[in-house]
Amino acid sequence: MRINARTLPFLATLGVFILLYAVCAIQYPSMLSARVIGNLLTDNAFLGVLAVGMTFVILSGGIDLSVGAVMGFTTVALAVMIEGAGLHPLVSFAIVLVGGAAFGCGVGAAIHWLKAPPFIVTLTAMFLARGAALLLSTDSIPVRHEFYQTLSDLSLSLPGGGRLGLIAMLMLLAFVVGGVLLHFTRAGLRVYALGGNARFAGLMGIDTARTTILVYGVSSTMAALAGIIFSLYTRSGYALTGVGVELDAIAAVVIGGTLLSGGVGGMAGSLIGVLIQGLILTWITFDGSLSSWWTKIAIGMLLFIFIGLQRLILQFSAPTGRTG
Amino acid sequence: MSGWFMEARSRLALLALVLLANVLVAPGFLELRLVDGRLFGGIIDILNRGAPVMLLAVGMAPVIATRGIDLSVGAVMAIAGAVAAATVNAGHAWPVAVMAALGTGLACGLWNGVLVTIFRMQPIVATLILMVAGRGIAQMITEGRVLTFTDDGLAGVSSASLLGLPLPVLIALAAAIITGLLVRATALGLFIEAVGTSPRAARLAGVPAPGILIGVYVWSGLMAALAGLIAAADIRGADANNAGLWLELDAILAVVIGGTSLYGGRFSIGLSVLGALILQGMRTCILRSGLPPELNLLLMALVIALVLVVQSPACQPAIARLTARLTRKGTA
Repeated sequence: MRINARTLPFLATLGVFILLYAVCAIQYPSMLSARVIGNLLTDNAFLGVLAVGMTFVILSGGIDLSVGAVMGFTTVALAVMIEGAGLHPLVSFAIVLVGGAAFGCGVGAAIHWLKAPPFIVTLTAMFLARGAALLLSTDSIPVRHEFYQTLSDLSLSLPGGGRLGLIAMLMLLAFVVGGVLLHFTRAGLRVYALGGNARFAGLMGIDTARTTILVYGVSSTMAALAGIIFSLYTRSGYALTGVGVELDAIAAVVIGGTLLSGGVGGMAGSLIGVLIQGLILTWITFDGSLSSWWTKIAIGMLLFIFIGLQRLILQFSAPTGRTG
Repeated sequence: MSGWFMEARSRLALLALVLLANVLVAPGFLELRLVDGRLFGGIIDILNRGAPVMLLAVGMAPVIATRGIDLSVGAVMAIAGAVAAATVNAGHAWPVAVMAALGTGLACGLWNGVLVTIFRMQPIVATLILMVAGRGIAQMITEGRVLTFTDDGLAGVSSASLLGLPLPVLIALAAAIITGLLVRATALGLFIEAVGTSPRAARLAGVPAPGILIGVYVWSGLMAALAGLIAAADIRGADANNAGLWLELDAILAVVIGGTSLYGGRFSIGLSVLGALILQGMRTCILRSGLPPELNLLLMALVIALVLVVQSPACQPAIARLTARLTRKGTA
């Protein structure tokens, strides 16, 4: 990989992650154990999956505030379908994934044809999904289907006593599939073109309608997948699941070196962004004396540092002779 | 003024509709009673409960007019409330606490403004930082608890009344009037709209764009601090987790319902306040009707969807044709 203005933010993120991990490992050597690494991946699986979808959206120059609500709706819908209607979990999974995709396509279509800012359209979608979830049930519904037990028993043993559970594998798979789709297909190239400059993309003959719909479709599908993961993780469905988690996903993508203005960034950085957040949380848990609010402050500071860094890089790498 | 009224007509109609719905679900909604020198009644209730969002909308409208957004106002509310509670608990008088809270709001707004103007961050990102970190800061001040206080002076920010009206209503109305005069009785409003329409053109025309940009964020921070004071006084305590939670979204919605485009440019303080009252009216209506409060989210989604469709460029010609036909019929 050539080091240039585009890869530098990613390399900086990677450097911060390695440094952070080294500091943690020196302080608490057990942080290096496979068990902790396995838990780091499992506990942040839903966030990682959301970050995959959010990477698409942000690269296209948009933003999706509805993912937390879609995730919450999915957990409730799964609980209602499995426990209430007696559907098999696999059937329910298929239904919510298709439903999520359709919902996202609708959001994308509204953004394209109403020419409304993604911010406000996805905000509407957030209210819609959260309201619908609360109407389904305001209580937390436990899921007791034995298939959930079967799924949670599926795991790869890591050397050293840890295990890589199904949901961690699902997250890594989402990153691989998302990365391939984004970096090695024409559809991925169109996402970058749209984020670089929507008007130019249209003039170059790119179907901006199709690309916008695809981007938000992917994001909502990922949110539904995150809902499935959360449902497996907590074995319950609750309408207020994932309140505010869209901000964590956006923060992960930004920390991962993707510019919020769109067009610049990549999938690998988002994974590191998720892991940095998870690492801070793990470190605070290990420390024991620090309160959880330090997570928020630390993430805010990281956001500030990374965005400031990106600005500096952009400033210095801008072609000379151009008046800004 | 007549132009403003033409614009306000549809929002006033919407507000009337919401109030009518309130009357239908709760007869006696319009009654006003004077108890101990303070007015009580449905309308006063909506004004009183809507005061924080009205304040936030007053601060948010100029920000959005500069093509910006301030996501941090909910978090700033929490910080300001925490600072006020901590100050009175440290033994200071309540005016000191109020000043400290307002100072905090100014500082938060300045931080946002500097990030947007000097660091040239996108507003949504710049204010996202404070939105994420702000609640952490507020929790740090309250040490993770709900920081209660017994100072009657500070609690009076929410419970006192003047001329029969609750103080929060007066604060919100005063803020709206002062802001409205500031932007419309001077050229400030025009400058704000110029910066929002085209920052480059504004700069070339000699508008002090950086100062204007920092100014609108500082003003938004100040309004958020006022709202935070009211929220803290309301429960006689600072709740770092829940004070002002998601109110930034309500404020943005109020401004959007008020007809301000999220793409910057034209804005109206009065219409934004109307937007806030419409939202509060809807909320009160659902609460009084005994319907599940969850419906509120769906209804809000429906209202924004409606506003978006009506404002979308695709629908504008159709609407223009419709209104032309209606007015022709009216005059014929």
